[in-house]
Amino acid sequence: MLELKHLYQGFRDPQTIANLARDIQLTAKLVKQQINIMEVCGGHTHTIMKYGLLDLLPDNIEFIHGPGCPVCIMPKERIDQAAALASQENVILVTLGDMIRVPGSKGSLASYRAKGCDIRPIYDPLDTLKIARDNPDKTVVFFAIGFETSTPMTAILLQLAEHERLENLLFHINHVLVPPAIDAVMHDPKARVNAFIGPAHVSVISGAKIYRSTVENYGTPVVVAGFEPVDVMDSILRIVRQKAAGKAELDIQYSRAVSEDGNLTAQAKVNQFFNVRPQFRWRGLGPIPNSALQLKPEYAHRDAELRFKDRLPVKEIDDHKACQCGDILRGLAKPKDCKVFGRGCNPETPLGSCMVSSEGACNAYYRYQGIDIKEPHHG
Amino acid sequence: MCLSIPSQVVAVDIERQSVTVDTLGVRRDVSSHLMNEPLEIGDYVLIHIGFVMNKIDKEDAQQSIDLYQEIVTKLENEAIH
Repeated sequence: MLELKHLYQGFRDPQTIANLARDIQLTAKLVKQQINIMEVCGGHTHTIMKYGLLDLLPDNIEFIHGPGCPVCIMPKERIDQAAALASQENVILVTLGDMIRVPGSKGSLASYRAKGCDIRPIYDPLDTLKIARDNPDKTVVFFAIGFETSTPMTAILLQLAEHERLENLLFHINHVLVPPAIDAVMHDPKARVNAFIGPAHVSVISGAKIYRSTVENYGTPVVVAGFEPVDVMDSILRIVRQKAAGKAELDIQYSRAVSEDGNLTAQAKVNQFFNVRPQFRWRGLGPIPNSALQLKPEYAHRDAELRFKDRLPVKEIDDHKACQCGDILRGLAKPKDCKVFGRGCNPETPLGSCMVSSEGACNAYYRYQGIDIKEPHHG
Repeated sequence: MCLSIPSQVVAVDIERQSVTVDTLGVRRDVSSHLMNEPLEIGDYVLIHIGFVMNKIDKEDAQQSIDLYQEIVTKLENEAIH
């Protein structure tokens, strides 16, 4: 009988990882070109680094780390807006814990909290309801972040706020979308990506169908992978097999959790409350059209960007000169290419988001490879 | 943020649209607002920021595990002979 632990152990078996590695090595010999796989999702970057999977791969496979970390792509001006909201009298800012240490232009939300702003990190968005109920004289602003995986949860929070008529609960929406980010990466003339490992849990919600356009537009294989090392190795093998056969198809390796259509209830909830924002500036990638969401006009009464419009900074803030998060997010550099990686920029004192976020590429490299700077394995 | 952990449903509260899940010994209540099918005790689910995202297909998971194990066994047999 399938036990819960099998869902972990069954996909971490060292012998299976070794078998898959061997098959990848053999099949890759049949492929004359360089295979440059972008793993979009920070979670996959961490699996690759944590289990040392790079060392198992042949020389003609390279990983390019993608922008699938919603904390990493948040430009400083959005964090400055959150800080400005938290600095208003009688405002409580509620945010998912990941965002607290990300540097804005004048410090992180953690530093604003230390200065006395009422900023509350939470794990579950629904905790915001209790904060709003308990503080009827204050305005509670939920700083909403995340890709397609997290947007439905914000939608439910909105639904419950409307149902309970919690008038003091507002939202600052920063939900972003994966396919436009992939487009932005591929439209860069320096792009070298010719295969993708598709985000797993985005796909649980949206369905694998959202990557059909990537396959069609760019002729790249897309394999939707689970997060365990066997999942990732199997997905790499599937990509290499496609390359050897000259194919470019959408394939779901993570079939125990992902379907073509996804969670239709969650999608309907998102469509009920949000529409697509014409433009959103991504850290590292710049402005990308139709890449983020905003509240629909009928929910304008809950929109913190409207309510506090005249008090929110709009100036676009670029990164610290030495920070290479931008190039890293576009797949043009590796963390170790950054001059401040491990020297001044580390998880305790991050200069850029890629180091702060538990899903950031720099954070992964720092944790699992240490800061012994040597030549990057795949140039 | 993406990293969601498989958990098992141990109690269902239809009225509150909530289920209690066990994640390798740790129990907590999570929302079932995003599920369009009823959850049952014993179901394996994926949780993200306090919500059930979907049900894990047990048959598919078992098939995948079996397939990988088959290859391991086959190679071990080949090595012996």
